[in-house]
Amino acid sequence: MDATLFFNQVIGGLASGAIYGSLALALVMIYRSTGIINFAQGEMAMFSTYIAWQLTEWGVNIGLAALIAIGVAFLAGTAIQSSIIRPVEGADHLTQIMVTLGLFFILNNVAGWQWTFQAQVVPSVFGDEIFAVGDVRITALSIGTVIVLIAEVALLTLLLQKSRIGLAIRGAVDNADSAELVGISVSRMLMVGWGLAAAFGAIAGILVTPRLFLQPNVMFGVLIYSFAAAILGGLDSPIGAIVGGLVVGVTENLASTYIDFVGGDLKIGVALALIVGVLLIKPNGLFGRGEVARV
Amino acid sequence: MGLLDVNDLHAGYGPVSVLHGIDLTVEEGAIVVVLGANGAGKTTTLRTLSGMLSPSRGTIRFDGRPLAGKPATFVRSGIAHVPQGRGTFPQLTVEENLRLGAYSLGRQPYDDDLARWYDFFPRLAERRDQRGGSLSGGEQQMLAVARALMMRPRLLLLDEPSLGLAPTITQNLFELLRQLNEDTGTTMLIVEQNANLALALASYAYVIESGEIVTEGPAETVGADDSIRRAYLGV
Repeated sequence: MDATLFFNQVIGGLASGAIYGSLALALVMIYRSTGIINFAQGEMAMFSTYIAWQLTEWGVNIGLAALIAIGVAFLAGTAIQSSIIRPVEGADHLTQIMVTLGLFFILNNVAGWQWTFQAQVVPSVFGDEIFAVGDVRITALSIGTVIVLIAEVALLTLLLQKSRIGLAIRGAVDNADSAELVGISVSRMLMVGWGLAAAFGAIAGILVTPRLFLQPNVMFGVLIYSFAAAILGGLDSPIGAIVGGLVVGVTENLASTYIDFVGGDLKIGVALALIVGVLLIKPNGLFGRGEVARV
Repeated sequence: MGLLDVNDLHAGYGPVSVLHGIDLTVEEGAIVVVLGANGAGKTTTLRTLSGMLSPSRGTIRFDGRPLAGKPATFVRSGIAHVPQGRGTFPQLTVEENLRLGAYSLGRQPYDDDLARWYDFFPRLAERRDQRGGSLSGGEQQMLAVARALMMRPRLLLLDEPSLGLAPTITQNLFELLRQLNEDTGTTMLIVEQNANLALALASYAYVIESGEIVTEGPAETVGADDSIRRAYLGV
C-alpha cells in the first residue's frame, strides 16, 4: 500500500469532512431548535456564497466579503423562519419537508436566473499556499477549514450549554408551552436558531467553493454527505455532526481510492450506504441522545 | 380589592366558548381554590390568567393594574403558572429546569433562590443532574413548583397538582404548599378536583360549573355545606 497516497486521501477526506461537518452543524442546529430537517440548508449556503462572490467581483476583499455574507445569511435565516417556516410550525412533518423543499427550488432557480449556471471561481479565504510534509501535501485552505470547524463547534457548544440564551433555546425546543410560561419568547428563539444555522451554512459554502467551483447546484452533493454526517453523529449532537462529517469525508475518499467499483462515480453511494447503515444499527447516531420519558 | 381581580371573564377555543363570565378575587397572601368537575372550565380559567389564552371579554387586574398580552408579560408581572401535567422540561436536568425558571429575572443573580429551593425540596437537590423526564411523578410536580418559585412570583397558579399522584404523595405536596404559603406569604390560586384536600388547604373557595361560578365562600363554609358538596363536588 502506498503510504503517500493513503495520507493524501485521508487529509483530503478530513478537509471535505470538515465542510460536511459544518453544514451538518447547521442541520443539527435547526433540527434541535425546530425539529425540522431543512432540505434547503445547502441552497441557503450556496446563495450566501454567491453574495460573497458577487462582493469580490465588485472588488471587496474575500475575507470581508465572507464576513458580510455570513452576516447577511444570519439575517436571511431569521427572515426565512419568521416568514415561511412559522406558518407551518406544528404542522406535520410532510408539510414542513415540502416547505423546505420548495425553498430549495426557489433559491436554486433564483440563483440560476441571477447569476447563470456557469461555474465561478471563488477565491480562498485562507490563500492558495500548499504545505508539503514529505510527499504529503496540505493546502492552507484545508488547515483553515478544519480550524474554522473546530471553532464553530466550540462556539455552538458553549452557546447552547453555558449561555442563558442557549438554555432558553433548548427549553423552547424541549417544551414550547412551558418555555412560554417561564417568559421565553419561543418564536424569537427559533428565529435565532435559523439565523445561526444559515450562518454556519454560509461558512461551509464559502470554504467549499474554492475547491468545487460555484454554481447553483454546487451544494447538492455536499448536502447529501452532510445528511450522512448528521445522521452518523446523531441528529441532535453538534459534536456528533463534526465527528460524523470527518468520518464521512475520510470514508468517502478511501472508498473511492481503494474499492475498485466505487471509484469517483459511486462516491455518493458511500454516503447513502452510511445513512442506511447507521439508521439500521444505531438510530440515534454515535452521539445522539435518546429521549427520556417516564410515565 | 385583592391582588388578583377577575371580572366577567369570557374565553374559549376558536368558536367554542368555555368561560361565560367568571368573577373572582384572590387576596394577597391567601390560598384560594377553584373546585369543579372535569370540563367545568378550571384549566381554561388558569390558562387565561397566565396569558396562554386571550380572553374574548372581561378584565384581569393584578395588583390594581389591568393585565393582558403574552405569557411573558404575565410572568414579568409576577404570575407563575404550574400547568396541568406538570410541564417540566423533560430533556433538561433538574438544575437547568430551575435555571430556566429564573429566565424572566434577566441578569439578576439567583443562586440564593436556587439554594433556598434545594433546601426546601431536598429530593431535587439529590437529583439536580438528572433529567427532568426521569423523575417520578411526585418529584416532577415538586420540580414544577420549584421552577415556578424561581420566578419570585407574587401569585402561584397551580393546575390540578394532585393529578396522577399517589394519595400519600399528594398529601405530602399539599403540606409543602401550606408551609410555603406560611413561610413566604406567596399567594396561591389552586384548581383541584380533590375537593377535601384542597378545602383543607385553602381559606376561600369558588365552585365552577359550565364556565360560571355557581357558589363561593370561605373554605370551611363551602366544605361544610352538604348541598354544595352533593351538587357540585360529588363527595
